[in-house]
Amino acid sequence: MADQAIATRNVPLAGRRGGSPAAILTPADPASRIALRAGAEAVSALSAALGVTLPVRPKTSASTGRRHALWLGPDEWLVIDEDNADLMAAAASSGVVHSAVDVSHRNTAVIVSGPGAEVAINSGCPQDLSLAIFPVGACSRTIFGKAEIVLFRTAEDTFRVECWRSFSPFVFGLLSEGAEDAAY
Amino acid sequence: MLLIYCPYCEEERSELEFRNGGDAHIARPTNMAEISDEEFEAYFFLRDNPKGVIFERWRHVHGCGRFFNAARDTISDRFLTTYKAGEPKPDLNEKPKTGAEVETYEALEGAAQ
Ligand SMILES: [Zn+2]
Repeated sequence: MADQAIATRNVPLAGRRGGSPAAILTPADPASRIALRAGAEAVSALSAALGVTLPVRPKTSASTGRRHALWLGPDEWLVIDEDNADLMAAAASSGVVHSAVDVSHRNTAVIVSGPGAEVAINSGCPQDLSLAIFPVGACSRTIFGKAEIVLFRTAEDTFRVECWRSFSPFVFGLLSEGAEDAAY
Repeated sequence: MLLIYCPYCEEERSELEFRNGGDAHIARPTNMAEISDEEFEAYFFLRDNPKGVIFERWRHVHGCGRFFNAARDTISDRFLTTYKAGEPKPDLNEKPKTGAEVETYEALEGAAQ
């Protein structure tokens, strides 16, 4: 009899640590995520089904506990559940027309925290991250060096940087450089 | 760095987040199979390439992902206004709603000698 192969999950940035005293870099724990597209008429039913109100204003997010809905575009959201809940099933239970794609394993995230977090991210991202323009709870799809990211400010000195897993070594590396610079 | 006002994100963002999408307001023929080669050439290939104001499609590709239209001066690279896809060509004599001054190399450093 052949040996049975057992698949184990390979976390993209497992074991990585980095940053500086000004900006600490921590790979985020695995989370479930969906890329959600829906028209305005489906927003309220999807919000009820997901248990988090889908934001309709640019650059805003909404959170219920450890579940977050991030506005990406006029009909597009990234929904993240840090407790790995089944978001696909939740969205499907809405009963309204929508598109949901499970991107839990496509994305990974780096948590950037510390007084130099803004500077570290601005080393590769052109957005104005001052608190007045990018307050706590703000989120945006944007660019970091050559990689597309979704930026989510979870506290005054903390950002969640979502990126595609194949770009994560690049993102982590460039963030490390930025974090070093932020220490000076 | 150019700042471009996205009418969907409702704020100015760096040019790095955007991608040009060619001329705007090009009407696709509804009778594609019947038109002559010359008519197809005019629709598909021939563009005015103006020196001055041009109406273009842009996509906020590393942002909200939406296509929108912009009026841009091809000499100064100045964006005169931007507006949502599907909206008619704006009257450029009206004050543009974005209003903000766009930083160009020429404005900051003076015109090339
Ligand atoms: Zn946009």
